[in-house]
Amino acid sequence: MTQANPPADSTSPLAVDVRKASLVYNPLQAPVHALREVDLAVQPGEFVSLIGPSGCGKTTLLRVIADLEHITAGSVLVNGVSPHEARLTRAYGYVFQAPGLFAWRTVLGNVKLPLQIHGRSSAECDAIARDQLARVGLTGFESKYPWQLSGGMQQRVSIARALSFEPRILMMDEPFGALDEITRDRLNEQLQQMWERERRTVVFVTHSIAEAVYLSTRIVVMSPRPGRIVKVIESPLPDTRTLDMRDTNQFVEVAHAVREALAHGHDG
Amino acid sequence: MGKSASGPSFARTLSHQGLPISVVLGFVVIAWYALAVGLNAQGAIERDLADTPWNWQQLVATTWAMQRPVLPAPHQVALDLWSSMTDWPLGSPRNLLFHMAVTAQSTLVGFVLGTVLGLVLSIAIVHSRTLDRALLPWIVASQSVPVLAIAPIVLVILGSIGLTGVAPKAVIAMYLCFFPVTVAMVQGLRSPQVIETEMLHTYAATPWQALWMLRLPASLPFLFPALRVGVAAGLVGAMVAELPTGAQAGLGARLLTGSYYGQTVQIWSALVMAAVLGLVLTAAMAALEHLVLRHRRNA
Repeated sequence: MTQANPPADSTSPLAVDVRKASLVYNPLQAPVHALREVDLAVQPGEFVSLIGPSGCGKTTLLRVIADLEHITAGSVLVNGVSPHEARLTRAYGYVFQAPGLFAWRTVLGNVKLPLQIHGRSSAECDAIARDQLARVGLTGFESKYPWQLSGGMQQRVSIARALSFEPRILMMDEPFGALDEITRDRLNEQLQQMWERERRTVVFVTHSIAEAVYLSTRIVVMSPRPGRIVKVIESPLPDTRTLDMRDTNQFVEVAHAVREALAHGHDG
Repeated sequence: MGKSASGPSFARTLSHQGLPISVVLGFVVIAWYALAVGLNAQGAIERDLADTPWNWQQLVATTWAMQRPVLPAPHQVALDLWSSMTDWPLGSPRNLLFHMAVTAQSTLVGFVLGTVLGLVLSIAIVHSRTLDRALLPWIVASQSVPVLAIAPIVLVILGSIGLTGVAPKAVIAMYLCFFPVTVAMVQGLRSPQVIETEMLHTYAATPWQALWMLRLPASLPFLFPALRVGVAAGLVGAMVAELPTGAQAGLGARLLTGSYYGQTVQIWSALVMAAVLGLVLTAAMAALEHLVLRHRRNA
């Protein structure tokens, strides 16, 4: 069995450090506990998936880490600083459920967008964007417009865009949820290989057990009402993975453990 | 994600609609000639045919060739247009192209000013909740005052501070132009979806960057229809402004002098010129829209 976690460097801070974080919507009239006392520590280089049924707070937790929502109690640190500071220092790239490409920009122009916002030189933007597109296998599509691309290709552009400024953390909110199964498998494979190559910290939200098990070094199972973490499962799978591995006993066992935890969380 | 907005191609529109349009035009021309006979007959009998016996062919021919008919026949208007453009140099006040240029100048200056004002107002409204509540009711109310009532006041006030000629006419054109642009741009600047604004938020983009890179490009499909409406409204404003000035030039002035002297053919010529100018201006806007939004489709 391979040790999934890379050795934690004691001097570098955790990539994500969530402690007793709670988020209550509408606390006065009808309080909704989107998150209750959530604890989560993500080491640099880990691939952590958040999985659970709708309303379990997995997306909310990701949005809290990305400074898109704010907790009402507890603490959240990203790279040792607040999510707000982390966002301002461009610590993370965020991939949304929908590609969110600008229809008036070419594929290359869309990947350049964050670099232009960050004030990089035009030549630099161009070179980096071309390189990022090559890394997601879209060389030759630079001058196409989004509507000329399939849904899977659009999402790859959005990943290239999120990675264009080389953030240390990549956050993904059900990025392949709207894609067909075959496309999804291929993108999972590419994402897994990219993680293995670059060892960037990834926090990944999904409701697919197979996807979570295939991609993650650690799977965080969440449950709704109130949104909370019910179980954290370390993956025993080796870092080098293939889609065929989904039929191995080891893979099936991890998937089974996740399913058990989901069912257990649902009962409790 | 994109809005489907690209205007229809002109060539396609023309080939699809060419036949129906010409059929309707044919009917209009026939009805026009018939109406000219009906409306002019009495005057023709009383003035032109009073001294001699006449048959109905003579009556019809006379109603289509009168000096001051109630309704001039299409060929009379066409001939008047043609002679005004060919018999006189471009700078002559007897050349309708000269009047068209005068009106077009006021229209375009007012249109540009109105568009800029509309853009500034909409950007202010979108970025400030206070301005949204303070300005929008006044902007809407401003359009409930008839332009015909405002025009003389503007002319008097601007005239008293020495602004005559193009400036007051442009101001009145602007008054009609800025409204559609403001309303459309408020909607357009607010059209980006949550995911798009949140994405810029994760890049730590400034409000100006969000405006320049997301809100303005996203609003273009809303802007162009407003520009088409605005430029046509600006033409109305410019012509209305030419009425009370006793202006020497412009299609509005031409309409007014025509009606003073009962020169109905002249009135109709000016009207046709105004229609042509309106068509050219809106077509130019449509062409610009087509050019700018040619790459847009739904993503």
